[in-house]
Amino acid sequence: METFHIIILLMDATFRVATPLVLAALAGMFSERAGIVDIGLEGKMLGAAFAAAAVASVSGSAWVGLGAGIMASLALSALHAYACVTHKGNQVVSGMAINIVVAGLAPTLAYAWFQMGGQTPSLGGDARFRSIDLPFSDAAREIPVFGYIYADLISGHNILVYLAAAAVPICAWILYKSRFGLRIRAVGENPHAVDTAGISVDLLRYKALAVTGFLCGISGAYLSTAHGAGFIRDMTAGKGYLALAALIFGKWRPVPTLFACLLFAFTDAVQIRLQGVELPIVGVIPVQFIQALPYILTVLLLAGFVGKAHPPKAIGTPYIKER
Amino acid sequence: MSEQNPALELRHVNKSFGPVHANKDISLSVNRSSIHGIVGENGAGKSTLMSIVYGFYQADSGEILINGVPCQIDNPQSSIEAGIGMVHQHFMLVDTFTVLENIILGIEGGACLSKGLAAAREELIRLEKEYSLEVNVDAIVGDLPVGLRQRVEILKALYREAEILILDEPTGVLTPQEADHLFRILDTLRKQGKTVILITHKLREIMAITDNVSVMRRGEMVAHAKTSETTRDALAEMMVGRSVLLRVAKSPAKPGETLLSLRDLTYVDADNVPRLKKIDLDLKAGEILGIAGVSGNGQSELLEILGGMRTPTSGSIRYKGRELVGSKAFSARNLRKIGIGHVPEDRHRAGLVLSFSANECTILGYHDNPEYNRGLRLDRDAMVRNCETYIEKYDIRPPDAYLLASDFSGGNQQKLVLAREMEQSPDVLLVGQPTRGVDIGAIEFIHKQLIQMRDAGKAILVVSVEIDEVMSIADRIAVMFDGEIVGEVSAEEATETRLGLMMAGVRESTTPEMA
Repeated sequence: METFHIIILLMDATFRVATPLVLAALAGMFSERAGIVDIGLEGKMLGAAFAAAAVASVSGSAWVGLGAGIMASLALSALHAYACVTHKGNQVVSGMAINIVVAGLAPTLAYAWFQMGGQTPSLGGDARFRSIDLPFSDAAREIPVFGYIYADLISGHNILVYLAAAAVPICAWILYKSRFGLRIRAVGENPHAVDTAGISVDLLRYKALAVTGFLCGISGAYLSTAHGAGFIRDMTAGKGYLALAALIFGKWRPVPTLFACLLFAFTDAVQIRLQGVELPIVGVIPVQFIQALPYILTVLLLAGFVGKAHPPKAIGTPYIKER
Repeated sequence: MSEQNPALELRHVNKSFGPVHANKDISLSVNRSSIHGIVGENGAGKSTLMSIVYGFYQADSGEILINGVPCQIDNPQSSIEAGIGMVHQHFMLVDTFTVLENIILGIEGGACLSKGLAAAREELIRLEKEYSLEVNVDAIVGDLPVGLRQRVEILKALYREAEILILDEPTGVLTPQEADHLFRILDTLRKQGKTVILITHKLREIMAITDNVSVMRRGEMVAHAKTSETTRDALAEMMVGRSVLLRVAKSPAKPGETLLSLRDLTYVDADNVPRLKKIDLDLKAGEILGIAGVSGNGQSELLEILGGMRTPTSGSIRYKGRELVGSKAFSARNLRKIGIGHVPEDRHRAGLVLSFSANECTILGYHDNPEYNRGLRLDRDAMVRNCETYIEKYDIRPPDAYLLASDFSGGNQQKLVLAREMEQSPDVLLVGQPTRGVDIGAIEFIHKQLIQMRDAGKAILVVSVEIDEVMSIADRIAVMFDGEIVGEVSAEEATETRLGLMMAGVRESTTPEMA
C-alpha cells in the first residue's frame, strides 16, 4: 500500500508539472506544423505568466489574469508573425529576441509596478486557480484502488490541468480532421501548393501563430496563477525549451507529444522525490545530479532514441513567391 | 457564350519586372477543345505569361478574355473560378498527404473534413473513369512515381472543374513512355471538350500532340501557326531568330586507349540506401559516352564520385591504369590536377559561386595555378585577362569579366563553367546536364565544343536527362536505372523507344529485340 501511495503521489506531481508543458508543446505544434520555428515559446510563457499574475493581483480574479496572460502571449506571437511572415525574417532570431526581451522586461515591469524586487505580490483567494474536487470524490475514496485513484489522482486539480488534458484530443482533432488543420499541415510541408490552391499562405500562418499564442498564454498563466502563486523572475526555467523538445520527441504529433511531456514531467517528479533519499547500493545521490536528470534525459532522447524525426519540410524557410 | 469565341484570348498583355520587359504586347487566341502549344527558349517569357493567366502575377496592361468575356484575374482563386487549371513544372503537391487530401486542399467543403473527403472520393472515381486517369486516391503522394504525381495534378485541376488546363514543361521529369501516356491523356481531355495549353521547349512534343502552336522569343510572341503546316526546323528558327542545327554534325568516333575504367563501383548513402550498384564502365580517349536515365537513378552520384565529391563505398576506379579509390589523388582538387575536369550537374550549387565575379568563377578549382598567383596574392590582372579570353572564345554575354555570376543568364553561366573546365584541356571531361536551362542557340555551341574536344582525342562522359541530347552527341549510350547500368548501345543503334524502355528499367534480353 505504501508503494502504491508513493506512485499515486508521483503521478499526481507529474500531472501538475506536465500541464504547462503539454499546453506549450501543443502551442508549438501549431506554429511548427505551419512551418514557423517557434523557439520563443519560453518567452511567450514567461510574458503570459507575468501578465496573468500582475493582472490577477490587481483585479483579484484569476480568470481576468488568464485573459491578460493570453493577450500578452498573443501579442508576442503576433510580433513573431510580423517579423517572420510579413517580413520573412529569421525565425530563430525572432524567437530568441522574444525570449531575451521578455526575460528582461517582465521583472523590470514587475519592479516598477509592485516594488517587490521583480516579483508580483503573492496571490490568494480568487486571484488564483484553486483545485476543484470532482463530484463524489469523497465517497469514492472508500472504494479500494479505483476510487482512490479517482479521488486522489484524477480529482483535486485546478481547472487548467483538466483543460490541458482536454486540449490534446481537441488539438488532435483540429490538426487531422478539420479544414484548418489540413491547411496548417499543408503550409508547413509545401506552401507553394497552398498558394496555388488559392489560399493565402501569410494569413494561414498568422492564424496558426494566433493559436500558438493562445495556448502558450494559458500555459504561462498556469505557472503564475495556478501552479505558483505569483510571478517570479525566470519562473519558466526552460520549460518552453523542454516543451519544444517534447514536440520534437513526439514527432510533431499531439498524442506522442503528450507522452513525451508526461515522461519529462515524471522525471521531474522523481527528481524532487529522490532528493536526499538514500537509495540502496548507491547511497545518497548529489542533489545537483538528480536535478539535472530531466535535462540529461532530454538530450539522450533527442540524440538517439527518437529515431529519425521528419520535421515539416518547409519549416524555417519564409515563403517567397518564385518568379 | 457562343461556340465561335476562343476559350482563352489574351490581348496586348504587358508585364515588366523592374527593367526586364518579360512580356511585350502579347496577343494569343486559344480555340476550345484544342491543344495549343507555346514554345520558346528559357527566359522567353512563356512561364510569366502563364503565371499571369493563372493569377500569380498581374499584367501591367492588357486584357484576358475567357469564352469571349473579359475577365479580371487577380489571384489563383479567381483564375480557378474562371475555369483555369494549371499543372506546374514543379508539382504543387504535399508529399505527406494522400492523393485525396491533396486534391481537396483549398476546396474542402466545410470546416470539418470528413464530409468533404467522402464527397471528393465519389467525384474522383467518376473523373478517373471519364478520363481514364487511374490512381489510388488513398496512396501517399510522396510514395508515387512522378508520372502518377502528375496525374494527381491533372485530377486536381479537373476536380476544380477546369475547362482550360495549362501544363508547364510537363515532360521534363518523365520517361518517353510516360510522356506518351501523358499525351494520350491530353488527347482524351481534348476529345471531352477541354482546352489544353502546353508550354514546352521540346519541339518533338509540339509536333506530336498540338493542334496549334505559338512561338515566343525574348518576351514577344513571334508567330502563330497550325502545327500541321509547320516543321520542327521552322519552329526552331523562329525560337532562336536564326537557323540552327538541331543535331550537330559529327564524324564517327575514333576511340583510342581506355582512360577511365570503373569496376563494381558501389555507393550506399548516409540513409543506407544503395545509390550505385556494381557499376562497370569504360571510357576511351576520343569518344563521348552518354549516360541517359530519368533523373534520380544514380547518375548524380556517379558523376559526383568521379568528380571526387563523394567517396564510393566499394569498387574500383582506374585512371590511365592507376587505381584512384583510396589513393591520395582522390579528391575534387587532385583529380583536376591529374587531368579529370568536371562540369557539375548543378552549376548553382557546385559549379559557381553566384556572388563571385566572372573572373573569379573562371579560376575556381584552378586557383592554385601559378599563372593566377603572384606570391601570396591572387593576380587579378591575369584572372581578368584569362576570363576575357574565355568570354571571347565562348561568346559569353554580357562580355564583362567583373559581372557577378548571378547576373548572367543560365546559358552564359554554363558557358563560364564549361570554358573553365575545357580550357584546362583535361584528358577526361565529366559533364553533367551540359545544356540544362540553356537555350537552343547555346546548346548548339556547347555540343560543337564537346565534339571538338572529342576529336582532339579527349574522353568525355556526358550525363543528361535529355534523351535527345544524349542521342545527338554521344557515340555510346549507357542507360541507368535504379543505380544500375541496364544497358549500353551505340549511337547508331539507339532509338528513342529502345532507350525509353531501358530508362524504365526494362533490360534487353540477349536475344535480338523485336522492334
